[in-house]
Amino acid sequence: MATEVVEDLVPEPEAEFTSLEAGLDALETAAESRKPWWRRVLLAKVLPPVLAVVALLLIWDLLVLAQIKPAWVLPGPADVWDELTSNWSTYQISAAIWDSVSRGVIGFAISVVVGTVLGLSIARIPWLRAAIQPILSGLQSLPSVAWVPIGIMWFGITSGTIYTVVLLGAIPSVTIGLIDGVDQIPPIYTRVGRNLGARGLNSARHVLFPAVLPGYVSGLKQGWAFSWRSLMAAELIAVSPHLGPGVGQAMAEAGDNNDMAMAFGILIIILVIGIGINAAFFAPIERRLLRSRGLVRS
Amino acid sequence: MTVTATVGEELEAVEPAAVRLTGVTKTFGKGGVPVLDGIDLSVAPGEFVCLLGASGCGKSTLLNLIAGLDPASSGLIELPGKGSRPGHAALMFQESALFPWLTAGRNVELALKLRGVRAKAERREEAQRLLGLVRLGSAYDKRVHELSGGMRQRVALARSLAQQADVLLMDEPFAALDAITRDVLHEELVKLWSETGLTVIFVTHNVREAARLGQRVILLSSRPGRIAREWRVEIPQPRRIEDAAVTDLTRQITAELHKEISRHGN
Repeated sequence: MATEVVEDLVPEPEAEFTSLEAGLDALETAAESRKPWWRRVLLAKVLPPVLAVVALLLIWDLLVLAQIKPAWVLPGPADVWDELTSNWSTYQISAAIWDSVSRGVIGFAISVVVGTVLGLSIARIPWLRAAIQPILSGLQSLPSVAWVPIGIMWFGITSGTIYTVVLLGAIPSVTIGLIDGVDQIPPIYTRVGRNLGARGLNSARHVLFPAVLPGYVSGLKQGWAFSWRSLMAAELIAVSPHLGPGVGQAMAEAGDNNDMAMAFGILIIILVIGIGINAAFFAPIERRLLRSRGLVRS
Repeated sequence: MTVTATVGEELEAVEPAAVRLTGVTKTFGKGGVPVLDGIDLSVAPGEFVCLLGASGCGKSTLLNLIAGLDPASSGLIELPGKGSRPGHAALMFQESALFPWLTAGRNVELALKLRGVRAKAERREEAQRLLGLVRLGSAYDKRVHELSGGMRQRVALARSLAQQADVLLMDEPFAALDAITRDVLHEELVKLWSETGLTVIFVTHNVREAARLGQRVILLSSRPGRIAREWRVEIPQPRRIEDAAVTDLTRQITAELHKEISRHGN
């Protein structure tokens, strides 16, 4: 004899469902454990590079103390410091830094404008892209210092030469960064955008631009590195009184004077400016972008 | 027995429809095999229809056509809409496709903005209300990556609601979720549907899910996609996935689906 099957048709009470959902939400949301800011910033971010620099200085000093080379070939950190402080104005270092940084920034700014327009057109027009992309990649691997003699023959030793070299160094990076950014937009975003009703300018503003941003910013970061590098190369070679001071020119002058300590000092200045601008502008923007999208651990 | 199979029923043709497809065919490329072939389908306002089929039946393609993201090769797709306004279909995907550069609340606000809600305060208030509907009122300022898969789909649901579309198209929206979360979302969706009178076309390859949710389950054949059979499901909501009637219907539909798939092996 068949037993009666009692069907449980009582739906789950509303309250029970709500608490089930709340429980799931709580379980599936990662528990946040924020360390105090000084541990996150000082211990994790600031301390390691400072320690590395201190270690480098120590090794350098030890090598000097061991006298493996005479002091005029390998000056110690203290010699470099003395030379920088006593001959700062002889070499017009302040003016040189100002000139170089402003040239670098102007060159970079022009590169950003040109690279952005170029990148947007190339990414959107397939045949233009097929035509130009290999040339761009080639240009990116070509050391832009190779343009210096050509620039000098075209423009003489003028700012024109310097900017030519800087632009040819930085534009490919900015352009390629932007093209990569456009390529990496997940197609689903554009579809969602269209379904939400974003067309034309709205689509560019609310979907494409934010989606491209990380790739674009990393292109800009690289573009700055290339501008600064190319600028130094150009200034080192194109030395002329008409050009005014510049960090590269100061380096060339130190070389002419056989002033090893000053050459080391200027090398450090070039490094510090390059690292400083990256750390002050590009790194924080990039970090914020990636962190807000969950692409790096915060 | 609360389940009746009605094959080839054509009564809806004269009734008002939220979506009406007539002889819709889609072929990719020239001279290719059609992905969809002669689809006739009418979905009434407020109806919950599940489209079911094995891979290659063109379920997702069909949704893209209705959403207007792809053009049909031939046939007619009508979304009459309400009054003078042309119909609009909101589309929800398997991955939430929320914009990761916006918070949960801002994602919903963007949909409102693009719908034409001008006042910022009004957008914020409405987004807050919609998130409240999916019980995520407290997640307004959360970034997408801080939400679980189920929570993301609920935000995506709120965003779809913000579009005030005539039809909500759902493309396997819960396929990537674990069973418990999926169960909760079924509950959530049915609740929203019965409260708001949404029209839903829900695509899935999960037979049980279709039996759990749909008022009508439509089985598509594969290559080319055609309507093979349809079931009118009269089990009252709220149902539970483990209800005997749902299980019974699941068994029936699965048998038909297996027959459809086996045809391709010969």
